[in-house]
Formats: sequence, C-alpha cells, structure tokens
Amino acid sequence: MFETPTIADFLAQSNLASTLPGTLLVLWTLILVLVDLFLPEERQRWTPILACVGLGISFVANLFVYSPAESEQIALYGMFVADAFTGFLNVVILVATLIAILMSWDYLNRADIHRGEYYVLALLSSAGAMFMVGANDLIIIFVALELLSIPLYILAAFRSIKNDGSDLALKSEESGMKYFILGAFSSAFLVFGSALVYGATGTTNIPEIFSLASAIAGSVSSAAFYLIIGAALLFVGLGFKVAVVPFHMWTPDVYEGAPTPVTAFMSVTAKIGGFAAMLRLLVSGLAALVIVDGEPVAWQATVSLVAVLTLVLGNFVAISQRNLKRMLAYSSIAHAGYILVAVAATGTTGVADAATQSALVYMLAYMFTNLGAFAVVMSIEREDGSGGNIEDITGLARSRPLMAMAMTIFMLSLTGIPLTAGFVGKFMVFASAVQAGLFGLAIIGVLTSVVSAFYYMRVVVNMYLRDSSGDLQPALETSAVRWAINIALAGTVIFGVFYPLATNLVSSVSIT
Amino acid sequence: MDLTGLSLTTITLFIPMIGLAILLFMNGETQRDNIKWVAFGTSIVAFVASVLMWVNFDPSVAELQMVQRNTWAEVSLGESVINISYFVGVDGISLLLVLLTTFIMPIAILGSFGSNIFEERGREKLYYIFMMLLEWSMIGVFVIHDLIIFYVFWEVTLVPMYFLIGIWGAEERIYAAVKFFLYTMAGSILMLIAILYVGNKSGTFSTYSAAGDVGVIEMVQTYEGEGSYWDPVPDEEEDAGFLLSSVESFLFLGFLVAFAIKVPIFPFHSWLPDAHVQAPTAGSVILAGVLLKMGTYGIVRFNLTMFPEAAVAWAPTIAFLGVVGIIYGAWVSYAQDNVKKLVAYSSVSHLGFVVLGIFALNSQGLQGATLQMVNHGISTGGLFLIVGMLYERWHTKEMADYGGIWKMMPAFGAISLVISLSSMGLPGLNGFIGEFTILMGSLGSEYLGFAFTLFATLGVIMAAVYLLKMFQHVFMGEHDNPLSDETRYKLQWNEIAAFIPILIMIFWIGIQPIVFFNMLDMSVDSIVALFLP
Repeated sequence: MFETPTIADFLAQSNLASTLPGTLLVLWTLILVLVDLFLPEERQRWTPILACVGLGISFVANLFVYSPAESEQIALYGMFVADAFTGFLNVVILVATLIAILMSWDYLNRADIHRGEYYVLALLSSAGAMFMVGANDLIIIFVALELLSIPLYILAAFRSIKNDGSDLALKSEESGMKYFILGAFSSAFLVFGSALVYGATGTTNIPEIFSLASAIAGSVSSAAFYLIIGAALLFVGLGFKVAVVPFHMWTPDVYEGAPTPVTAFMSVTAKIGGFAAMLRLLVSGLAALVIVDGEPVAWQATVSLVAVLTLVLGNFVAISQRNLKRMLAYSSIAHAGYILVAVAATGTTGVADAATQSALVYMLAYMFTNLGAFAVVMSIEREDGSGGNIEDITGLARSRPLMAMAMTIFMLSLTGIPLTAGFVGKFMVFASAVQAGLFGLAIIGVLTSVVSAFYYMRVVVNMYLRDSSGDLQPALETSAVRWAINIALAGTVIFGVFYPLATNLVSSVSIT
Repeated sequence: MDLTGLSLTTITLFIPMIGLAILLFMNGETQRDNIKWVAFGTSIVAFVASVLMWVNFDPSVAELQMVQRNTWAEVSLGESVINISYFVGVDGISLLLVLLTTFIMPIAILGSFGSNIFEERGREKLYYIFMMLLEWSMIGVFVIHDLIIFYVFWEVTLVPMYFLIGIWGAEERIYAAVKFFLYTMAGSILMLIAILYVGNKSGTFSTYSAAGDVGVIEMVQTYEGEGSYWDPVPDEEEDAGFLLSSVESFLFLGFLVAFAIKVPIFPFHSWLPDAHVQAPTAGSVILAGVLLKMGTYGIVRFNLTMFPEAAVAWAPTIAFLGVVGIIYGAWVSYAQDNVKKLVAYSSVSHLGFVVLGIFALNSQGLQGATLQMVNHGISTGGLFLIVGMLYERWHTKEMADYGGIWKMMPAFGAISLVISLSSMGLPGLNGFIGEFTILMGSLGSEYLGFAFTLFATLGVIMAAVYLLKMFQHVFMGEHDNPLSDETRYKLQWNEIAAFIPILIMIFWIGIQPIVFFNMLDMSVDSIVALFLP
C-alpha cells in the first residue's frame, strides 16, 4: 500500500516551489527563534528588523510564484493551490503583518514587555494565514487555521507576562483565555464538519468534493444529509473565526483586552484567513449545495440572513461604545457583514467571480483602513491603558493635526465615503450584490453604513469640532508607529483615488 | 496620461484643485495674510475659465459640448465588463450652474475676509482648503456625466461642508453638522443602489452617448419593444400598478430621494434650518447658493431623462409636494423671530417653485426652473451675506434686537432692499423672471392642474409678506441698539466688493433674461422632447 516515492516524483507532486512564500516565512521564523536567543540585550531591536526582512523575502518569493502569466499551480499532493486568489491575499497578509510589527515595536517598548518571541509568534500566525488562503483541502484548512490561531491566543495574553497585577495585565490574560477557549470550541465545529463532509464524499480534497457533491446533494440519501450538516458546521466554525453574528460574542472582550497591535493584527489576518477558506469552500467546493439547476437555494438565503444580522448588530451596538477599541471591535464585526454580502452574492450563477473579487478588494481596503485606525488609537493610549476612550481624542486636531487628519481619513474610509479605499470596497461589494439580485441585502447594507457614519463621525467630531479644555497631550509614539500610520494612510488614499488599481489587481482572480 | 482630449471643462474643474495644492504647501501661521488671497485668486481664475466656457459655448446645439471622455476603470460584473469613465461636458443647464458656482465662490470667500470666526476658532488655512475642495466637488457634480463618478463628487461635497459647519459654525454647530451629514448621506446612499442597477441593466454608467458608446439615455429613448426599457414585460394594468410596482418607478425614487433631501422638497427639509442657521456666513451662502441646486439639477439631469415614464407618473405627486413646500416654507418663514432662520425657510419656499417648474414637464417650466435656480442662488446668497454682516456687527440673529439700520447705514439698507425685492419677485428684477416663467409653465402643463398654479401664486404674495416683515424689523424704525465702535457703521471694502456683482446680476437677469434663456433653449428642448404627447 505504501510505495516509497522517488525523489523526483516527490518533488513533482509536492511542487514545493509554489508554496515558497509560506514555507520560506516559516523557515525564517524558525531561524529567528534561534537568532533571538543569542541576541544580546542591547541589540533587541534586531528581532523586529529581521522579522521585517522575513516578510520581505516572502514578498519577493510571492512575486516570483504568482507572476500574472502563470495559471494556477497545485502543490503538496493537491492539498494546496497557488492561484491569483492566493497570491493577492498573501500580499495583503504580508502588508498587514508589516504594519502590525511596526506598531508592536513601539507598543512593546512602551509597555516594557519587549520579548523576541512576540515577533516569532506574529510571523507564524501570518504564515498560517498564508497557508489558509491557499488551502485546497479540508485538512490543510484545519492545520493552517490552528497555525493561525494558536500564536494569536498567546499574543492576546502577551501583556500579562509582566505580572504586575494591573488591570491591563488581567484583561489581557482574560482576552487570551477567552479567545483560546472559544477558538478551540470553534475548531471542534470545523473538524466535525470536515469529518461529516468526508463521510459523505469520501474525500477531503476541495475540487474532488466539488465533482462529487452535485450527485450527492441531488440524491435522497443519508450522504446528502451528512453533506449539508457538515457544510453547515464548517460554516459555523469559520463564522467564529471571522466573528459574524451570532458567533461574535467573544470579539469585544478579546479585542479590548489584547494589546492594541495584536487586536489590529488579528482583526485583519484572522478575518482574511477565515473568509478565504469560506470562499474556497462555498465557491470551489460546495457550489452544488449553493446552486441547484442554476437557481440559488437555501444556502444563499442563510448566508444573507447571517449577513443582515451581522450588519445590523455590529453597527447598532458600536454606537453605544465609549471605548475606541471596543467600538472598532464592533465595527469590525460590521465589516465582516459587508464581506458576507459578497459571500452571499457568490451563490448566484455567473456572479461568483465578480463577488469573490469584490470580497478581495474589500479585504484590501479594510486591511489598510482598520490597521491605520488601530495605529492611531494605539499612539494616543497611555501606558496605564487609559486614553482609549472617545473623550480622550477631543481636540486632537489641535495637539496633533497630522494624526487627526489621518484618523479622519480612516473614519471616512470605514464609512465608505468616495475617494477612500473603503468606498471602492463597498462599491464593489454592492455592485456584486445588485448583480446577484440581492437588492434587499444591498439596501440593508447601505442603510447600515449610514448608521456606521454616526459613530465614525463622532470620532471626527471629537477631534475637530470640540476643543479640549485640558493641556495638549504630548506625543508618546515613536517613529515606527508613525510609519505604520503613513503606510496605512497611503494605501487608503491611493487605492481610493486610483480606483482601477485595486480592480486590476484582482481582475484575474477566479476560484470557480 | 493621455492629455489629447483635454477640454476646457476639465481645466475649469481642476483649477480649485491647483489652489488647494498651493494652500497645502503654505504655512498657516507665517503666511496667514496670503492664504485668503490664494483662495480668492483661485476662485477668480475658475470664474474666468467658466466665462471662457460660456464664450466657447454654442447655444444652437443640443448635445454636450467641450466633452472629454477617458475610460477610468473597468468593472467586471459576471461575464460583462462595464466601463467607468471620466466623462465631462456641458450643455446649457450644466453651464449655467457651473457659472453660478464659480460666481458665488469668490463672493463667499470675499464675505469671509476679516470675519471674526477666525479670531474665535482659528485654522484659517484649513477653512480655505475646504472651500477649494467644496468648489471642486460642486463643479464636478454639474459637469460629470458618468453615474459612478457623479456619485463620487456628490458624496465628496458632504465632507467639506460638514467641516465648515462643524468647525466654524455657531453654538449648535455639532448637532447641525452631524444632522446634515447623516441626513444627506442616508438619502444619497440609496441612489448608489439605483445607479448599480442601472449600470448592471444597461451595461454602461455613461448617461449620454459619446465616442460611439451608447449612453443610458439613448438606450431608454430608442428602446422599441414590449413595455418600457426598464420594464420590458408589458404590464396589463399599467396605470394601476405602475407607481408602486414597476422597476422604473423604484429607480426613479432611488434617485429622487437623494435629490429631494438635498433640495429639500417638503417633508425632507428638517436638516436645512439647522444647517443654515449654524453654518458660518460663507457656508450659508454656498449652501443656499449652490449646494441646494445640486438636488434640482440632479432631478432634471437624471430623473427626467432616464426615467421619463416614471417622471410623468410621479409628476403630480412631486409637484404637489413642491407647492406644499412653497406655502409651508413661506408660512414658517413668517413665524420666525430669528432672521437667519427666516431666510433659511424662505429657501424651502423658493425651491418649491423650482420643483413645480421641473415637474410641469414643459419647456417654459423647465427653463424657468433652471433660471430660478440661478436667481435663488444669487438672491438668497445675497440675503445670507446681509445677515452675516449684521451678525458680525451686532452679534445677534434676533430680529427684535435690530431696527433703524437704514438710518445708520444708508448704502447697506439700499442694497438690502434691492436684494429683498429681488427675492420676493419684483418685476424688473431677476426673481420675477424665474417665478413668472415657472407659473406660466405650470399653467400650461399637460400633467398639472390649475390648482397647482393657483396655490403657487399665493406663495409669491406670502414671500412679499415675510421679506417685508424682515426688512421692516431690521432696517426701519428706531435705532436703539447702537454699536460701540462707530467706524463699524461703514461697509468694508470687501463687503462692497461682494455686493456689486450680486447687484449687477440681479438687474442683468431682470432686464435681459433672453441672454440666459438662449443658453438653455436647446438643452431644455431636448429633455422636453421626451414628454411631448
């Protein structure tokens, strides 16, 4: 049964070259662990610099693997697929990690918890996300998801390594613990769903599931039943990761308690990984469940319903938040809802590609904007953790005009005002929803973004329209976080003003 | 970048952006005196450019002129690819409103020279940056003929106006600014869905045909087949079900709600008094002068041309709301003690005339409505300037605190009288021409009954009532609230300079309206042709 493969055969089948962006990053990380051990105390800043070098290497590898002329490549015995979808999201993940590392350098020093392991964990997590976006097999989805999540659990609790019994350390510990327990819980759903799908189809490979599913779904048999239940459980498991209603309960506490750069990082990468896997499963794998005889079926209605709940709850609850991190947490739930609108639109025949592309553009816009907003919040936070409330940014336009301007642009982008990346994302998503015939969903989507304007604009109101009575705050942040804000701002504005840039980048994406 | 197709329209559109770029690189503290001159200079250059457009404009042609069209982005929607293009050009209606914009901007900027809002709130540089951004986006709204890019400009106007009200406004400025932003955004965002539907259905976002590509309007007009373009399946009981069940009707409403909030048409007006009263003087002038016209312009440009059947079906309803607005606005205006609020509500009343003229759906109504947009911009802009100058001196908006100002400031009183008379529609001044043509149009309309004209005429009388009340309370009677600084009774040079062009236009349009009607003739006829029986 077990044949010993020849080396040549192994190389051909595994096609390791096309997984290089991810594998190189993992290798670099493993080296970084050792290097960090031997770095003397006064050279601590080398670790983040080396981590950024690792991101650069991975980025270059990504350019080589995904030159646009190449069509999709299958690797690791069919378990991994390197196509335009993977290549695009890899870049998004790498940029997100870069911004997060720039933020972290500043934060860790300020909080006096600088440890080299932090960067190692962050890189591992982003490698996990990179494998997840290319996963072509239920098993890889699970393994990559764990690689993505486990470092995040640790990172969420990172503040508590300085065990001073402060409120911050406790909250961070709570955050990590909560995230871990609920994360493990959701993984169980994912694994059980995979098992049921495997039971129904006899394979865990997504393209093979695709070819088998239509026959099974059309039949009246227990296999069809298991397939549907399995698919639903997979959706629940991924739904936890991307924090859509009703699987969002953990989000506000975890986001508030975790160190701010970690919150920023996980609000982006975990969502990208989760949505990528969700799109692969629904579009490439289980299309037969979604579309029967060319008509969208109950599946689309379910996703639409979840999207509506997510949009409404995320946006309305965000209104009542006073803490900026908590507000951004609820807003990130709402943004998951907008991406879900695109996911729902994939369920209509002929719209799948357009909707997938719109989801990718949305994730790109969300990545820049959300990281930027978190970076601003982080730089006005004080060491004792205070300063993160909506009142604390009052008069920021006077004390730090450039930062206030950046924050304004991030808020406008999150609202979806034209000339920012957020508008391009929203426009693409609603265009695909309209094309898919989901008018109700599109209308709820735009109306909830008016609701979101209310709480985003409140931030701008406090920065510009009110004047602080107290003293002007001194600048606490270092140049690293300023760079993080600048990169995020550049992305938000460039992709917003030069609309064709984003659409051209994703124009070759097709996962059907 | 391909600049071969560069048209005068593009140049005019981007002049404010050049001013904005210069302002960005100036130092707000050390070069404080130069900043306002850069802004003023830019707005004058933009005005000159738009006058050049007028010189180049051929009024005997119905098509768009000075057109430039470059493909900007491609959106793939399933199998089809839809182009979003940078598509600018003007017809008579667009040109007139561009001229209005570039005419009002220098006046608004002059009006804010030396204003004490900068002593209180500072940030003069930011103020003029927002002014430039506002001018850019407003001109864009009037010249763009691609639905997506139009939407972009439409939404962008919100941002500078929000800040102008919010930072430099009066006491309740935050409430007013947030209300303005949310209210108008809620309306316009539904338009986005309608725009996406139109693009998805017709395969293009261009409204007019250009360079071989067929625009939405031509598709609608040349559609031959069962039903209409938007509702290809013929409806047996068309008249009964059309208003509430047809696709065209929904699309019409999707656009209309966005525009109706901006105008504002009667039940959507509640943001307007707040925004107007709280905004700084220049903000009010621009809001009344140009921003409200974006709504009426949008109705003419998009609702009438793309959804003619729905426009006919909805005409009596919307015209009714217009007439309600005329009466209601005038009534509420009369009841105000706050002089700025009085002028704000008078806008609701005056814009009601414009709406009535548009939905008369004939040539006179539409020409009158377009000219009345300009007239209202000039007269009400002027009224807000007057209120602003009073406030700068006496720091109150209550009418009871004023009185006898004509005695102390005879020139100012005379100017104010002319502007008030123009606003109430005295023959020989501009307001009369617009209102009279609109009433002619509504009387001759196929779609509106006699009662519309009757009640609208009442509004003309009521306008005289509330404006004369204002004039009487402020300028006549005893002067019992003297200024401590006697020199302030003199008008400043920039105030006189702001009034002169307004007075010139009031008389010019009043005496020689044919110049402006000529400009509109062909453009209006090509729209009205859709509604000829």
